[in-house]
Amino acid sequence: MVLSELPEGASGVISGVGGDMKLRRRLMEMGITCGTPFYIEKYAPLKDPMELVIKGMHISLRVDEAAVIAVDEGKEPVCEDEQ
Amino acid sequence: MGKKAIKIALAGNPNSGKTTVFNQMTGTRQKVGNWPGVTVEKKEGTVFKHGREFNIIDLPGTYSLTPYSMEEIVARDFILEGKPDVVIDVIDASNLERSLYLAVQLRELGCRMIFALNMIDVARARGFRIDGDKLSELFGVPVFFTRANKGKGIDDLLDAAVFLAEEKSAADEARKVHYSRDIEGAIACLKEKLEAYTLKDFPHDYRWTAIKLLEDDEVIRKRIETSAGANSPELMATASELRNRLAQKFGEEPEIVMADERQGFIAGLVKEVVKASSIKRVDVSRNIDLVLTNRFLGFPIFIFFIWAMFQITFGLGEYPMQWLSAGFDSLSEHLSMLIGPGMFADFLINGVIAGVGSVAVFLPNILLLFFCIAIFEDTGYMARAAFLMDRIMHMIGLHGKSFIPMLMGFGCNVPAIMAARTLESSKDRILTILITPFMSCSARLPIYIVLAGTFFAAHAGTVIFSLYLTGIVVAILTGRFLRSTILRGRDAPFVMELPPYRVPMLKNLLIHMWDRAGMFLRKMGGVILVGSLVIWILSSFPAVPESAYEPGLKQIRAIYAQKIAEAKQAGLMSRVEELRRDKAAAEESLRAKMERRQAENSYLGRIGKFIEPVFSPIGIDWRGSIALISGFVAKEVVVSTMGVLYAAGDSGTKALGRVLRQSGVTPLSGLAMMVFVLLYVPCLATMAVMTRETGSVKWTFFSVVYSTAVAWITAFMVYQGGRILGLG
Repeated sequence: MVLSELPEGASGVISGVGGDMKLRRRLMEMGITCGTPFYIEKYAPLKDPMELVIKGMHISLRVDEAAVIAVDEGKEPVCEDEQ
Repeated sequence: MGKKAIKIALAGNPNSGKTTVFNQMTGTRQKVGNWPGVTVEKKEGTVFKHGREFNIIDLPGTYSLTPYSMEEIVARDFILEGKPDVVIDVIDASNLERSLYLAVQLRELGCRMIFALNMIDVARARGFRIDGDKLSELFGVPVFFTRANKGKGIDDLLDAAVFLAEEKSAADEARKVHYSRDIEGAIACLKEKLEAYTLKDFPHDYRWTAIKLLEDDEVIRKRIETSAGANSPELMATASELRNRLAQKFGEEPEIVMADERQGFIAGLVKEVVKASSIKRVDVSRNIDLVLTNRFLGFPIFIFFIWAMFQITFGLGEYPMQWLSAGFDSLSEHLSMLIGPGMFADFLINGVIAGVGSVAVFLPNILLLFFCIAIFEDTGYMARAAFLMDRIMHMIGLHGKSFIPMLMGFGCNVPAIMAARTLESSKDRILTILITPFMSCSARLPIYIVLAGTFFAAHAGTVIFSLYLTGIVVAILTGRFLRSTILRGRDAPFVMELPPYRVPMLKNLLIHMWDRAGMFLRKMGGVILVGSLVIWILSSFPAVPESAYEPGLKQIRAIYAQKIAEAKQAGLMSRVEELRRDKAAAEESLRAKMERRQAENSYLGRIGKFIEPVFSPIGIDWRGSIALISGFVAKEVVVSTMGVLYAAGDSGTKALGRVLRQSGVTPLSGLAMMVFVLLYVPCLATMAVMTRETGSVKWTFFSVVYSTAVAWITAFMVYQGGRILGLG
């Protein structure tokens, strides 16, 4: 399953990052790496881009960028407030 | 003291408070410019503290040091080649894990470092306890806690920098990241070859260079090619073989594996250093976002903010603008009284003062706009604006942040183009700068008012609205066209942090505002001044001599002197008044006639006549052509030039309309002219700012040629199309 398929409020763990080198590097710099828990905070009013919570940081990325990120849904609830 | 100045580079992630640290260190003693050859902003400051001189350089905020963006290359090159004595890495303490990625890369570069764990109060409030001593020990780097917004801990950083700069030892090898065995093996192998093959004075750290070669770093590869000379093919072959071997082993590009391992190293480190307590916290930022990026409220609020910014910039800015403009007017009046008529006075008043004045009046707009933009940026709202608008802007191939410059273009293109600085990717920035001038700026409005008011009286509003819409459509088409031709390539990843909302610091806002204003005045002033002088010279020479007035003036005086004398004799005092008024009017009309002769006879007039064939297919005669050429300087000039050339007598809109109609301008050619005005280069100031912001004359030239061509073609279609439809 890829990140862009999940609805608002979903959470899980990132299982793989694809895409071209530039995008992968960028995602990696922002801490979007294998094994990292995430939480989908929301989608923008026009459904693109989306807002992600990773390691307590809020990151926005386009839906087609999220489509290169493979995830396992619901593995671990990571909404920050529940930590 | 005679001691050498200490050179400090500030590195850090965007939103880490790096700029605040810089502002606290340097105060107002800072210089803002560009890094050589690129449009990345460079800030430098010099301070004296504890009897030492510090030279502080603010590196661009980056998340990493890969050679993928201008900012990162600039930051890395400065550390490698600028040889700072100390690098201070400003780290957002509440985001330690993310921040350490850059820190690890800096560490690998082998420079002397200090960690400034900034916003430590926020981190503590969020329930993080950071063991500074442990972090210092694990990283081999002095660690300080700072609260830059309160000015706390800044002096400690400078003290530590002095201490570190005077220490001779190199960075501790053992504290660097260790990769897995296969990678370390490859690094060691390459490092050995590098030591053997490169020149003695090879400037970079060998281990670091080996790592970069394994990561296939293009910039470093080129440098090795020059440094290793004949040996470089062998080095490159070894590197690529090692890369292949690693790629096979891990089933992944080596750079990804190494980035992953760095993240792993950091994750381990963070576990040891940070204790997160289980304080349940209220996330203010998140609550604010529930409203500001809300599905239903997000856009209305965004539109309100933008409206407010527009009102402040152009509405509130209108008053100081008028004061300035009145000030310049009275200055030229006083000067003209002081010097009297003549060539020099004309040069000073219509050339120099008018030229400088035409730039200076924009200053209030620029100050206010940048104050508003600084508030947007420093609070963190700018990132939300991009979040909201990205979907729409993406359709033109642009980033969400491009919306602000484009919108400001409706006010004035000069600050709008400067606002494009908020875009990180240089391609996005250039594209935004190229399409912003199609947003119809406020200086073009008076021209529409005259032409539309004259020819489309009842429908003037609709016509003007359609013009604005045409500008937007052309901007969109241009965006798509350039994206698929000369500015091709996938747009930069949008992936962006939405930083927590923060209360902006007034000091930062003011410094930001003054930077922009100073830059505007210094850089624009010169160009505009020269440009205005050129136009002044072209329009004043060859001059119609004063003596040409004489016969006409004498005649008028003689006629009226006689008439007035007669009336006086007859005792008709009201008649005398009337005659005096008539006399003044006759003199005025003679002056206007002479001005028209001057305009027609001047170089500018000759140019107008010369290029008339170019404009006649779009229904514009030589007078319109001159007005349009003068519009290259500023659109404000177009109406007054038309006033002179069509000899409206007085400068009122109605009078001008009347004479325009009399001199054969039709509604259709009026419309074509408006379309041309809408689309061609806004003004000299825009060209100057464009050159500065794109970093080359090339793009300005392109923009001038492109927009003028688009303007001509569109106006041609309007005029000829209209004639075919029988509207002419």
